[in-house]
Amino acid sequence: MVETNGTSVEVRIPSRLGFEKVAMATAASVARLKGFSDERIEDLKTAVAEACINAIEHGNQLNEKLSVGVILSTRADELEVKVMDNGAGISRPPHKPDIDRKVHGEEDPRGMGMFLIQALVDEAEWVRDSKGNGSYVRLVIRLDKENE
Amino acid sequence: MQAETRATIDRTSGPNGASIAVLRFSGDISSASKEPVLGAWQTVSGSGPVLLDFSKVDYINSSGIALIIQILMEADKTGQKVAVFGLTPHFQKVFTMVGIGKYAGLHKDEATAAASL
Repeated sequence: MVETNGTSVEVRIPSRLGFEKVAMATAASVARLKGFSDERIEDLKTAVAEACINAIEHGNQLNEKLSVGVILSTRADELEVKVMDNGAGISRPPHKPDIDRKVHGEEDPRGMGMFLIQALVDEAEWVRDSKGNGSYVRLVIRLDKENE
Repeated sequence: MQAETRATIDRTSGPNGASIAVLRFSGDISSASKEPVLGAWQTVSGSGPVLLDFSKVDYINSSGIALIIQILMEADKTGQKVAVFGLTPHFQKVFTMVGIGKYAGLHKDEATAAASL
């Protein structure tokens, strides 16, 4: 295994749907080098993809002149991912989707991305820049979760 | 960048010999998949039980899951039974997390899914 502690990898993707897969693949590669299990890598891939989709669609409003920044930082037993966009961020924490309300047309069938992020990683926080210079979501996934 | 979504419509038999429609998806299921996914569904909507085959799907995101929920909305209105098979263990977990398993059985393979309808 390659020594990864304290390293950082940065990717910038255009605000175009589909490019989240570039960030997914990069996150998966870093996690694999770090020794994460396949199951945790799949969790990370989905969380990173959803964070990038939110940044592309809602943060940057699909404006291809703006990019989404993804920084992957490794520490002793965890991987931190920051996904940054130019938007104002979210004002309310994500809510758990209600499948009954969705199937009965009482709730938008979409809107599950933030829930999935929160459910699949060990820590997720949405941070708004106090100066209005964009926002980011910070995700942490730990190496030892499968052994807990 | 997105892999194209393909949907084909097939037929299989249930345990009592009844015909079951099988929607076989491949590629990605995302926001770009609305036409192939819901278009395929429209051809079988209201005409008996349906299996959704994800065994050749590489990537599903929350927008793709929303399309599956739209299928379940339509099926619920007409009382049409739907079962799912071929998901990777990860997407089986994701579908369970969002509650899809309450409206469509999640099965490992086609035979088990067909037997459930």
